[in-house]
Amino acid sequence: MKTYYIDLPFTQEQLAEVRSGDLLYLSGDIYTARDAAHVRLHKSLKNGKCDLDLQDQVIYYVGPTPAFDDHIIGSCGPTTSSRMDRYTPDLMDAGLVATIGKGDRDQAIIDSCVRNHGLYLVATGGVGALLSSQISEYAEIMYQDLGPESLKRLKLSNFAVYVAYDTLGNDIFA
Amino acid sequence: MKKIDRNQLVKEVAKACVEANIYLAEDVAMRIDELANLESNSRAKSILSQLEQNRQVASKTKLPLCQDTGICVMFIKLGNQVQIDFDLYEVLNEAIRLGYDQGNLRKSVVKDPLFRSNTGDNTPGIYHLELTSGDNLEILVAPKGAGSENMSSLKMMNPQSTVSEVEDFIYDCVVNSGGKPCPPIVVGVGIGGTFEVAAINAKRAAISPVGEYNPKTEYAEIEKRLIARINQSGIGPMGLGGDSTCLDVSIIESHSHIASLPVAVNIQCHVARHKVVKL
Repeated sequence: MKTYYIDLPFTQEQLAEVRSGDLLYLSGDIYTARDAAHVRLHKSLKNGKCDLDLQDQVIYYVGPTPAFDDHIIGSCGPTTSSRMDRYTPDLMDAGLVATIGKGDRDQAIIDSCVRNHGLYLVATGGVGALLSSQISEYAEIMYQDLGPESLKRLKLSNFAVYVAYDTLGNDIFA
Repeated sequence: MKKIDRNQLVKEVAKACVEANIYLAEDVAMRIDELANLESNSRAKSILSQLEQNRQVASKTKLPLCQDTGICVMFIKLGNQVQIDFDLYEVLNEAIRLGYDQGNLRKSVVKDPLFRSNTGDNTPGIYHLELTSGDNLEILVAPKGAGSENMSSLKMMNPQSTVSEVEDFIYDCVVNSGGKPCPPIVVGVGIGGTFEVAAINAKRAAISPVGEYNPKTEYAEIEKRLIARINQSGIGPMGLGGDSTCLDVSIIESHSHIASLPVAVNIQCHVARHKVVKL
């Protein structure tokens, strides 16, 4: 198991180098989307123009709690990734390079990581208070009507994740 | 007759909703600490230490332990010497609304399961009412997250099934859910009753105190065997490998029909929120 400090976006070399089981500390911008936002993103993609430019981007599956006035964000740990499995391969084919969530996923996601030279990363679930201290900026971007499920942009600061699926098809859960 | 004060009930239940989400219950924290001391896998050890750090950060910052602050399940015991001159469920909904607003908790309830729109205030709650004797009103407040709830299962087993076949079903439910429900988990099991009773008993078992065994020796033995077997499965914290897969297995059994053996498994993540209000 190796440890890497990565400034996002990922470079092609970084994506190819990291292996299932490695610990990554991510810094830089990512987007958040979970169930309801995925339905809309995927629909826009199928209609010909995705609401979000996915090229080289990372999506984190999270619906944070509201922030107190003196905080950037509330509690913000990962949700179960497998609920997004039906959308992820199409989003990766459209340029998305990595997703962050928790739990194992469908074989189609392992295949998609190989085909698109992408990654599936896992963060520790149920430690949302701790993870909030690794986020330095927060902005709501779209789908505001979805409340906790709206699409947001976060700036991560040494946010710890493990590589679950790598570009060679290795699986941390196997 | 003891008359319940409406405002006091709202205040106490709202407070319980907030505290159950911010402060890790002591029985759960102690068990996580015990598992961390026994853990042989270094990644698992580091994840268990994150759980402890998270407990400290949440209690200091008043941020909820997890962003999924749950749908509010409440087990209500209402004594026959208690007088309530208001709509109990309406008042409990008011308490949830207040607690989730004041505590900045996430609003995670949709009005309709198929045509989904968020109610915006985390109401209504899910209520299980039991009528008892005496002059106590006791409410067990258990905000339930969906990641672990979704890994639950119920099977109408053949009543001729052996104890070991029942144990296999429970074990398989845990193994098949892998890292999704945020292990180390509490496994709540309902055996017997009818279809719905088994499910409610499984839920009640999942939020019972960690480390307490079933009063019947035969059932306590099943619990102990399952705890050992699940912790030898190798799933580990978050499914990333290790010895710490479950905090506890708790069984509640019930009488049932001569031709029935329902077995329900309700899975609870390591945050295992529960808080009791007594009036």
